[in-house]
Amino acid sequence: MTATTTAAAAIARSYRDYDRPLWQRVLLTREMAIIALVVLVSVVAAATVRGFGQPITVTYLLLDVMPILLIALPMTLVMITGEIDLSVASIVGLSSVLTGVLTAGGLPFEVAAVVALVAGAVCGAVNGFLVTVVGLPSLAVTIGTLALFRGLAVGLLGTTAITDFPDFWTDLAKARVGGSNVPVVLFVFLVLLVVFIVLLHFTPFGRGIYAIGLSKAAARFSGVHVERTKFVLFVLAGTISALAGVFYTLRFGSARGDNATGLELQVIAAVVLGGVSVFGGRGAIHGVIAGVLLIGVLSSALRLANVTSDVINIITGALLVLSVVATSFLAWLRKRRKAPGGTPRIEASTAG
Amino acid sequence: MSDTPRMTADTPPAPAATPPMLELENVAKSFGAVVALRSGSLRLERGSIHALIGENGAGKSTLVKIVAGLYRRDAGDFRLNGESVDFGSTAQSKAAGIAVIYQEPTLFPDLTVTENVFMGRQPVGRFGRIDRKAMRAEVEQLFARLGVGIDPDRPAEGLSIADQQVIEIAKAVSLDARVLIMDEPTAALSGVEVDRLFQIARSLRDEGRALLFISHRFDEVFALCDTVTVMRDGAYIATTPIGETTVDGLVRQMVGRDVTDLFPKLPAEIREPLLEVEGLSSPLFHDISFTVRAGEIVGLAGLVGAGRSEVARAVFGVDAYDEGTVRLGGRAIPKNRPDAAMRAGLALVPEDRRKQGLVLESSVARNVTLAIRETIAKAGLITSGMENRAAKEWASRLEVKTNALSTVAGTLSGGNQQKVVLGKWLATEPRVLIIDEPTRGIDIGTKSEVHRLLSELAGRGMGILMISSELPEVLGMADRVLVMREGRITAEIDRDDATSENVMFAATHAQGAHQ
Repeated sequence: MTATTTAAAAIARSYRDYDRPLWQRVLLTREMAIIALVVLVSVVAAATVRGFGQPITVTYLLLDVMPILLIALPMTLVMITGEIDLSVASIVGLSSVLTGVLTAGGLPFEVAAVVALVAGAVCGAVNGFLVTVVGLPSLAVTIGTLALFRGLAVGLLGTTAITDFPDFWTDLAKARVGGSNVPVVLFVFLVLLVVFIVLLHFTPFGRGIYAIGLSKAAARFSGVHVERTKFVLFVLAGTISALAGVFYTLRFGSARGDNATGLELQVIAAVVLGGVSVFGGRGAIHGVIAGVLLIGVLSSALRLANVTSDVINIITGALLVLSVVATSFLAWLRKRRKAPGGTPRIEASTAG
Repeated sequence: MSDTPRMTADTPPAPAATPPMLELENVAKSFGAVVALRSGSLRLERGSIHALIGENGAGKSTLVKIVAGLYRRDAGDFRLNGESVDFGSTAQSKAAGIAVIYQEPTLFPDLTVTENVFMGRQPVGRFGRIDRKAMRAEVEQLFARLGVGIDPDRPAEGLSIADQQVIEIAKAVSLDARVLIMDEPTAALSGVEVDRLFQIARSLRDEGRALLFISHRFDEVFALCDTVTVMRDGAYIATTPIGETTVDGLVRQMVGRDVTDLFPKLPAEIREPLLEVEGLSSPLFHDISFTVRAGEIVGLAGLVGAGRSEVARAVFGVDAYDEGTVRLGGRAIPKNRPDAAMRAGLALVPEDRRKQGLVLESSVARNVTLAIRETIAKAGLITSGMENRAAKEWASRLEVKTNALSTVAGTLSGGNQQKVVLGKWLATEPRVLIIDEPTRGIDIGTKSEVHRLLSELAGRGMGILMISSELPEVLGMADRVLVMREGRITAEIDRDDATSENVMFAATHAQGAHQ
């Protein structure tokens, strides 16, 4: 227990970097569990579902989950700070419509797409302003802007669709590298993936993101720009959502006001499944990617096995609930083992 | 209530003819391989205030948690009024008439004082309605008995910690608790508040209740308690009537050695002014001006609520202020910018270590390097390796007791948590350190380590502004004492002239102290 001061001084203290060996830190994590599950489901599906093992399935799977993969990147960061952005799918819709309307109006597609990206950034800035400057809860703000941005999208284009886009771009959205099954857009995603992994896990900015999620006060007292960080993240979420919107438009060759309706829930489900806490402070990018892929692989395999989409929804929903319950159950178990009946607050005061 | 609180504290414990109200004998408790309590013993008599002292980690809290029903003991006897008991939950302990009042009470901030007192057992009128009148009347009666002047209808939000504790005590009394355990109740209290708490404690004792008082402050133990039990390293050491022991004797029992100097402040050469604050005003404080020079420890004394922490936070830029300037080394620090203050060479070890000082759920390494994350990054990138290197240096310099740098900060003891916070701020290599309650709630060994460290830092030319509610600490450490009262600096007293009396006087009276 308590060593006396003099005794402590006499013993030259050495500190280990970690209290668990490397393999435990790498393997015994929630992220690894999800990755293992992705591998397991893929192997089982490849063996049992006719057609799942075909290379073309991989291509379509990646193209299908691409918008979710893209938006999950900034959503992870937003949620680690303890906030949430429910308006992402509406921004996808709005940027899709803007791209379509501007292209139809005679602007070159490239210019229209850039305008759509800027609009996405502005949408994110609106969210960020309301959350960080006005001080409203992000849940309420983004439920509001979910309706607002979707309303703008539908208002701009009505119920019609614009389908006239340059072939070069629509082909590129579906193109594969050489003769392989790897879609070209995957490289765009991989670049963004590296950027976000570095941003979250290897920069002081990323350290600030975690600190904000775990203790806003301690972060502020340590010189972290709490509000500025959150603002930047909302703008990022808006911009990447707009990028996903442009991709969505090209892939289906159709700009519609109701494009990607409900996508925000799929994104958030994947992020939570991947190990990000809705209370903030916890999660890692690799887990989130695995979460997105798990949902993608599962629904793709089930669809090929002629399971109806209702049942697919039920299964992914149940999986999500299960993963959240499992996490809290494991945390509870760990706590029970350490200090039966003790609450963390009191527990901390005894450790000596 | 008793209008004549007994000021002498040499009342002997009640004769042990009847069984004691609460008795623990050789109680043990382990968590896995960690032995938290080896052999704890305690006898609480009716109508007596009993002190329980010991360093952090001595097993006091574990003992209390067994009594409170939070933990189950592994071995030993636990008797209440001579009958063996075994609590499986806090509810059972409460039902048996035991109430524990923690250092930081947990009231419902949006409910009124009255509602808080009756939380979970509101008197019910006709049709299952909550009988607000009855509740209100009982609270008024209770407060009158305890001599408390808190408005029963105000929300709990914004009440001082002292008032919150009083509400917890009122709750306990209304439940007719026979045994009251107060875990470091005075840690966050100012002098006047402590006096009020003691008055209440004495009147409860005179009603025949048994009180257990856990404290790190000897003056309070001697002023209030009848008997004192010392614990060390998870075991019972001794129980002594207060009249038969001395501070030195208790300290020896606690640490198993002599502590020669509790407050070592070495003389240091005081040089150029570093931190210059001029005319700082906000709704919480008015016209605050002072200077901290290199090599100097300036003590900022005053009652809790006098605005000391608020000034510190404004100077560091965590809170905004309306008027005035803050300069460091002659250069102005912009307001409301903690990052700019840090870059200018200012550091703040905040008052609330668990909320403001640490990210409790984060590792020691991440905590130590949070404030220097930008300076240790290379080309804008930071890795765990860089963090661990920096953290290792500061953890070993401050002798933080932990095995691994990945240990979650919240699981460390209070003293070690404070060392982590200190390390975090010293790592920024500040020119001026503002430290708010440097030793609140930490054990005596760590306390003198912290004092030695502060003295050493001043010796090396750092300017230190030390906010403290412990007078001996202020008097022992500070070269100069500033006293605040109701948002204003009411006195500035040099080390040689500072006494408990004149500091206390300036903290409580507006007149008589020079401006």
